[in-house]
Amino acid sequence: MEFINQPTAPEEEIPWRLPSTRKAGMICLIITESALFSIFVVAFIFYMGKSQNGPYPSQILEAPWLASAALIGSSFTIMAAEYFLKRNNRAMFNVWWIITVLLGAYFLGFTAYEWHDLIYEKHLTISTNIFGATFYSLVGLHASHVIIGLVLLTIVTITSLRNKLDHAHHEHVEMISWYWHFVDWVWVIVFTLVYILSPRYGIQLPPV
Amino acid sequence: MAHGSTALSKEYIEVAPSSPGQEKGSLTRIVQKMVFTVDHKVLGLMYIGSGLFFFVIAGIMAALIRIQLAVPNNHFLEPDVFNRFFTMHGTAMVFIVGMPIIFGFANYLVPIMIGARDMAYPRMNAFGFWMFFFSGFLLYASYFAGPGLYNAGSAPDVGWFAYSPLTSRAFSRGHSSDYWTLALFSGGIGSIATAINLIVTTVSLRCKGMTLGRMPLFVWTFLVVAFLVIIAMPPLAACQIMLLLDRYLGAAFFDTQNGGSAILWQHFFWIFGHPEVYILILPGFAIMNEIVPVFSRKPIFGYPIMVAANLMIAFISLGVWAHHMFTVGMSSVGNAFFAITTMLVAVPTGIKIFNWLGTMHGGKIRLELPMLFCIMFLFQFLIAGLTGIMLAVAPFDWQLSDSYFVVAHFHYVLIGGLLFTIFAGIYYWYPKAFGRMLDNKLGHLHFWLFTIGFHVTFFPQHISGFLGMPRRYYTYDAGRGWDLWNLISTIGVLFQALGVFFFVLNLVWSYWKGRKAGDDPWDAWTLEWATTSPPPDYNFEHLPVVHSRRPLWDLKHPDDPDWKYE
Amino acid sequence: MAGTFSGARADEPLRPIANMFDPLSKPAEMIHDASIITLIICAIIFLIVTGMLVYVTVKYRSRGEIDERKEPPQIYGSSQIELAWTVIPIIITVVLILITTRTIGEIQDHPVPKDAVHIRVIGHQWWWEIHYQKPGAKPDEWVTDFTIANEIHVPVNKHTEITLESADVLHSFWVAQLNGKTDLIPGLKNHTWIEPRATGVFFGNCAEYCGTQHANMQLKVVVQTQADYDAWVLAQKTPPPAPTTAEAIAGKKVFYANSCVNCHKVDGTPAAGVFGPDLTHLATRLTIGAGIAKNNEDSLRTWMHDPATLKPGVLMPNMQLTDKEVDEVVAYLMTLK
Repeated sequence: MEFINQPTAPEEEIPWRLPSTRKAGMICLIITESALFSIFVVAFIFYMGKSQNGPYPSQILEAPWLASAALIGSSFTIMAAEYFLKRNNRAMFNVWWIITVLLGAYFLGFTAYEWHDLIYEKHLTISTNIFGATFYSLVGLHASHVIIGLVLLTIVTITSLRNKLDHAHHEHVEMISWYWHFVDWVWVIVFTLVYILSPRYGIQLPPV
Repeated sequence: MAHGSTALSKEYIEVAPSSPGQEKGSLTRIVQKMVFTVDHKVLGLMYIGSGLFFFVIAGIMAALIRIQLAVPNNHFLEPDVFNRFFTMHGTAMVFIVGMPIIFGFANYLVPIMIGARDMAYPRMNAFGFWMFFFSGFLLYASYFAGPGLYNAGSAPDVGWFAYSPLTSRAFSRGHSSDYWTLALFSGGIGSIATAINLIVTTVSLRCKGMTLGRMPLFVWTFLVVAFLVIIAMPPLAACQIMLLLDRYLGAAFFDTQNGGSAILWQHFFWIFGHPEVYILILPGFAIMNEIVPVFSRKPIFGYPIMVAANLMIAFISLGVWAHHMFTVGMSSVGNAFFAITTMLVAVPTGIKIFNWLGTMHGGKIRLELPMLFCIMFLFQFLIAGLTGIMLAVAPFDWQLSDSYFVVAHFHYVLIGGLLFTIFAGIYYWYPKAFGRMLDNKLGHLHFWLFTIGFHVTFFPQHISGFLGMPRRYYTYDAGRGWDLWNLISTIGVLFQALGVFFFVLNLVWSYWKGRKAGDDPWDAWTLEWATTSPPPDYNFEHLPVVHSRRPLWDLKHPDDPDWKYE
Repeated sequence: MAGTFSGARADEPLRPIANMFDPLSKPAEMIHDASIITLIICAIIFLIVTGMLVYVTVKYRSRGEIDERKEPPQIYGSSQIELAWTVIPIIITVVLILITTRTIGEIQDHPVPKDAVHIRVIGHQWWWEIHYQKPGAKPDEWVTDFTIANEIHVPVNKHTEITLESADVLHSFWVAQLNGKTDLIPGLKNHTWIEPRATGVFFGNCAEYCGTQHANMQLKVVVQTQADYDAWVLAQKTPPPAPTTAEAIAGKKVFYANSCVNCHKVDGTPAAGVFGPDLTHLATRLTIGAGIAKNNEDSLRTWMHDPATLKPGVLMPNMQLTDKEVDEVVAYLMTLK
């Protein structure tokens, strides 16, 4: 309609600024993923100490402090990378960004090593007992999100190394970093539940 | 009153002048357009069309169920066939009829109502549609898949809420549970994608001047619905993942023989399931909020309260789920808690009913078809809400749960409530989408036949519930006091079927022969009526600037615009 | 097949109409009282709001030509009215909450008297296994006195405490005139109770979808005078008389020769299977197949030929008996009094 643009009221000189679609979209994604994680967390808590047979968490779990530090640390290195991107310091952005990728990859690699040990040495599989089911599903859900995050981070790395990343992509990079922060901080919750709390519930046996 | 040029009015299937030189109308072009489109309007119509298609199939299943139950000890359907029918009827109606139709309405209308050109993520929009379409296909493909149990296909037969441990490998051999799980899982991903799209569109793409407080209530309501979707659908996905792990990798989330809990499935399912039914009914409210004011010729009574009521309903609905589980043996404290929260949610819902009545009061009510359906909604939703309150009284629920009373209650909500507003919405917005009015005579036949049939079928079910008839029974004995009510219930199906027949006939006939509608056939006030019927691909020639909740009222009444009063 | 029943006694009238508004047991009466108040409140709300709807529709419908210029007064809302129709529903809600929580407490936290009868009900696809506790056994130690299937007997005017368990999937125990329903959940022990105040044969149904024959998992609760109940208990604990006719004796042999004993139990014989219903006093029961058919010779014969004829999907297989074997087994089964 032509005339809908004609002012029929005193023009309001309020600037019309709406949140960016990217930020809104990423926030929604984080909300929905949080809802998904919550159910696995609830299942884990519900079943803590309820395994009918071993191996039990107190026997076989070793908290992965270094790998966790790496993952949480990567939240800080990614912030450093963004800092440099804002100041157009491409070289330092690449350095810190790649460090982030490496820290994430180390975490994932360690998870793979830990699972190998749990399955083959400690004989805990998803079907061994209730602890196995809740452990592998919760930690596995998290690990799958780390994988997705690493893929996103790698795409940015390659784009940047090919000199195709510019100032206009700042928000895209920021959204990927938000996702990465989400993955990292979910790990804090998972780590606390799985490695700190659950060995204290249920049957206490010496480490295998 | 002139409403701008009509030179842009074209049938929706035509490519708008933005793509000159393409021929209109050939079948290949139509199919190509539908498969590749990212236009929210085309996707919206595809959602509604597919939803109506599945509605007819699931409705036929319901008719067959009612034939089997018309008389005691009937042999029209074998028990296994019956059990598959009620499972598929429920699952289909919720997931591939209700959800797509409401998303179809949102998809079509929200961008236009906020003065935008399309949704925030058009390609993700198409992705959402095709995930839903795939899920519908997968669900019904189960009928043709494999030998299943008793060599009769693998359609799910575990009830639409698929309680464990009936769904475990031990009790569900074959793949019927898996079809249910995978179809709904894929559909869920599509729903979440569409919901995210709706939120981002509403938050970030509103036209200049349209603050949150000036959005049409339709848009507000769908914003709330979308938040419910992104919060409530992941729990369903989560417990379905757990079910698959149980069935295929030997996990024991719900396997009671190995330390799992059957109740946990119920908790997780209903944490999804209860918000889901609010996700289904809130769009009905959204449609009411647009139609009732226009046909009462007054603004909605109490806009801010209506927004607040939506928010309260959504928030409280996240905390009522275990009212579906009053009979599982929770403690008295647990039962009391959920009874209380369930009754609390009745308060904002009741307020909405009063606000609609307040809108009609003092107005000049035009009893056209959209409004007729809305008035029946008010009557039927009132009944539904009151039977809901009865079910919220946990001891009353200990008698009524899993009986035909519950079946009556939720059909009053979903048919008497949601479906009637869907009909209202279609009569109201069909002219906008297709440029032609739906026929009035066929519409009245549809309305009266369907309304009568609906009440004849579902009202007696309250009574058979009071008399102890459980649900999901493929047959029943004579002499239990259930015979008469079941027979009456079945007779109503005929009227509903005829009503739907006239409705579909109307949709098809009016496409070619309906009276031309023009831009604004109802003299309404929101932005969709400010563009042509059907709108061009790009929705508006110039993006609008608004100053109140009813921009077209301001234009039509420059001496008395809304922005003076808001 | 019509699931009706062989004769019942005059002083134990059949009560097939499971009308929750005709309660004949204490918890059902408590539910009834709360329900009636709720129903009345809802009926009043219904009449008032429907009245309002009819009033506004009739009074404010537009008459005559539609005159676009004459719109009615544009009212945007009213805080006072909003307050009124918020406060009144809140008050009604509070009243209902009070009634509800009180009734929940009354029923769920009801104390168990010392002379209560204790029963354990275990749900199966698609029949009910019932154990009676030995009188005098410690409350938290279960000792089974005797078992039965698909039919519960209780004394009138006494509290019967029922523990509910499941051997397979979810079921639900519902005898509407005696109490609301409670689910049977594998891995959990649920509790319900009845205190019937009238004798009769009450009809119960499974009320949680449990598979193919969910519709045919019926239950009879026979409420008797104390004297009749005591006599019944004594009869249940007495093994059935040995068969006397040639056909019945041959039937007993058939019973042992086939794998019947793997699933079924008959007290006083080596048959001790627990997968299927206890058959010790089968001949005294009102129905067979959890209510699928009258308990008479014809039904038994059909069942023994192929149970799936009467109850498709039943877990008891076709035992592939010859006609003669069927006649003999039926004769034997009818001696299990």
